[in-house]
Amino acid sequence: MMRSLLIRGMIAGLVAGLLSFVFARVFGEPAVGAAIAFEDRLTAAAGEEGGVELVSRGVQSTIGLAVALLLYGAAIGGILALVYAAVYGRVARLGPRATAGLVALVGFLAVVLVPFVKYPANPPASSSHETIGLRTGLYVLLVALSIALAVGAVLAARRLTVRFGWWNAVLIATGVYIVLVGLVGFLLPAMDETPADFPGTVLYDFRVASLGGQIVLWATLGIVFGALAEGSGARRSRSVGRSARTTPGPAV
Amino acid sequence: MTQAVAPAPVPAAIPLRELAPWALFAGVILLALLYLVGMDQGATSVVSGQMLHEFVHDGRHLLGFPCH
Repeated sequence: MMRSLLIRGMIAGLVAGLLSFVFARVFGEPAVGAAIAFEDRLTAAAGEEGGVELVSRGVQSTIGLAVALLLYGAAIGGILALVYAAVYGRVARLGPRATAGLVALVGFLAVVLVPFVKYPANPPASSSHETIGLRTGLYVLLVALSIALAVGAVLAARRLTVRFGWWNAVLIATGVYIVLVGLVGFLLPAMDETPADFPGTVLYDFRVASLGGQIVLWATLGIVFGALAEGSGARRSRSVGRSARTTPGPAV
Repeated sequence: MTQAVAPAPVPAAIPLRELAPWALFAGVILLALLYLVGMDQGATSVVSGQMLHEFVHDGRHLLGFPCH
């Protein structure tokens, strides 16, 4: 059961990674290329030699990008399957597809969108080499706190449903999450390193493409994993012989 | 959404006892994979050199991980 779900999650993740690669290749790479051109102009203006290329730009922007997104998709897909297994039948009376969609939506908000507001994706040449340790630490801390607060909000919503109904419970829990994660974002230090002459349009295009790629990835993941999990549930109930209970029927 | 809330039966949850070992082992491996794709050879290095970093370079930037 868990094995099958995990495999389905990772397969859905590979599909999601592939679609997100197509998106990133078309809409993200031009901005990455422009940022690297800016970097090269800086290096040339300083009269320095560019470093030796370990991996050519051609490889980085095609196979490298694809491998990175496929691995990321598979890993996120597997983790989504584990979270799905913990949530399904416990948090809300939702069928497999709706549960998968909900987990992917909350995951996207907590793992990607909220951290992005504070520490957005940065193109090459827009942050300082020296602060990589600090930036990585702060980013991981914010993602971890955001996930922890989101889990807390989901548990709170489940408790509050009895008293306020599910709609109001979700509103209250979401509001509390936003206030608390906003406080965390306010307390964490700002990173302001982009060089003053870094082209604004490149920065804008890069960030929109980065966010777009993540939306493609998580949306595909939620939809494909939902369909796969639904299929696994239907087969299981048939084999156990209690199909009346989990008939795929109208579950969204 | 309203459709799903109506008279749907309570779905059978997966027992936590069945989930726990999977969550632990697969969870650790999947997080390690995320670390390798997103962060290794940056602030911290498990694999030596710069090859991995350079190979997944564009993906790292576009996925929003802090990079050089």
